[in-house]
Amino acid sequence: MTTVLRGSGMHRAYGPTPALRGVDIEVGEGEIVAVTGPSGCGKSTLLHCLAGILRVDSGEVRFRDQDIALWTEAARSRLRRTEFGVLFQFGQLVPELTAAENVALPLLLAGAHRREARKAATMWLGRFGVGDLADQLPGAMSGGQQQRCAVARALVTEPKVLFADEPTGALDVLTGEQVLREIVHVVREQGTSVVLVTHEAQIAAYADREIVLRDGVVDATGLGLGARA
Amino acid sequence: MSTSHVLLGLLAAGPRHGYDLKRAHDERLPQAKPLAYGQVYSTLGRLERDGLVEQRGQDREGGPDRTSYALTDAGRARLSEWLTAVEPPAPYVTSTLFAKVVVSLLAADTGTATDYLVAQRAAHTARLRELTAVKTAPASTVGDVVAADYAIAHLDADLRWLQTTLLRVADLHREVNR
Repeated sequence: MTTVLRGSGMHRAYGPTPALRGVDIEVGEGEIVAVTGPSGCGKSTLLHCLAGILRVDSGEVRFRDQDIALWTEAARSRLRRTEFGVLFQFGQLVPELTAAENVALPLLLAGAHRREARKAATMWLGRFGVGDLADQLPGAMSGGQQQRCAVARALVTEPKVLFADEPTGALDVLTGEQVLREIVHVVREQGTSVVLVTHEAQIAAYADREIVLRDGVVDATGLGLGARA
Repeated sequence: MSTSHVLLGLLAAGPRHGYDLKRAHDERLPQAKPLAYGQVYSTLGRLERDGLVEQRGQDREGGPDRTSYALTDAGRARLSEWLTAVEPPAPYVTSTLFAKVVVSLLAADTGTATDYLVAQRAAHTARLRELTAVKTAPASTVGDVVAADYAIAHLDADLRWLQTTLLRVADLHREVNR
């Protein structure tokens, strides 16, 4: 399997508090990798650093064999609009924009024509079963519908890698599972790689592989608790 | 769960008689059904027949039958085999998992208990992934999904328990060996 994204020796601290202490991770083409571990283990920081939202203090993050940790914020931001899709737990939609406008946003920022962007947005909303909500404002939608719009927006640019941080964490179990199954179905079709951060074994089981973090390092035992025992 | 393995584990620290084994069993495995004396002696009889335990003297003070039993080398090997073997990842194995952890701590050390938990977690996680694949397969019916859900929920409960237990293993070790 071709490696799409590779982090090596990743370190990142918040002031004096280390969050990542030398993490190595590889994500293959079309592969879904779950990052799990207890609260505070560094999994969200890892996702942010891999996605170029945060910069590592030391170490590398290579995407297509270029170290994006060395890039400027503007260049990393461009990367996130084109090659990467990012999905959080909730609160990502712009409340003043309709579903279709929200989903079209990344394409418009990347320079697409309004009509093309609208067409793609409608298509992606349809793919996640919320095509009929294209003209609704987020406030008028349920949590599950909003999250489906957020997924459509994260995938509308057909990114190489989707970064999802507890993507179903704010949804009830059944809705969360439906949304996750739809995401898995679509990324499999598209061949999109996914970094899926979750603290739940049931969610991690959707991934091809699981990496367990503990105190900012990868725990080879998979238990996420090794050293404390 | 196998009573004979638990008895072998309880004998790992040294010879004991039947009454003592019953008491230790009920105290260490409070979730399990209390052992009947008859079951203790019939199990010891089978273990002796199979060469896994042997009689080690009589203690006449406490009543009529106070034969103490000790583990043989074959018994020790059988115990070790059980402690390291992963249980088939299926719902409702928690009592066996718990017994293995407790017996590991009695008969071996924290390392053995931890190694077992690591191996068991890997088996559970692999099964969870298989069942999840059943749910995401295009041909799955609602019935398939509901059945998979049931097993997944129970395996997930086991996994949560495994993780927490691992955190508690050191404390449990101290308590069990007090």
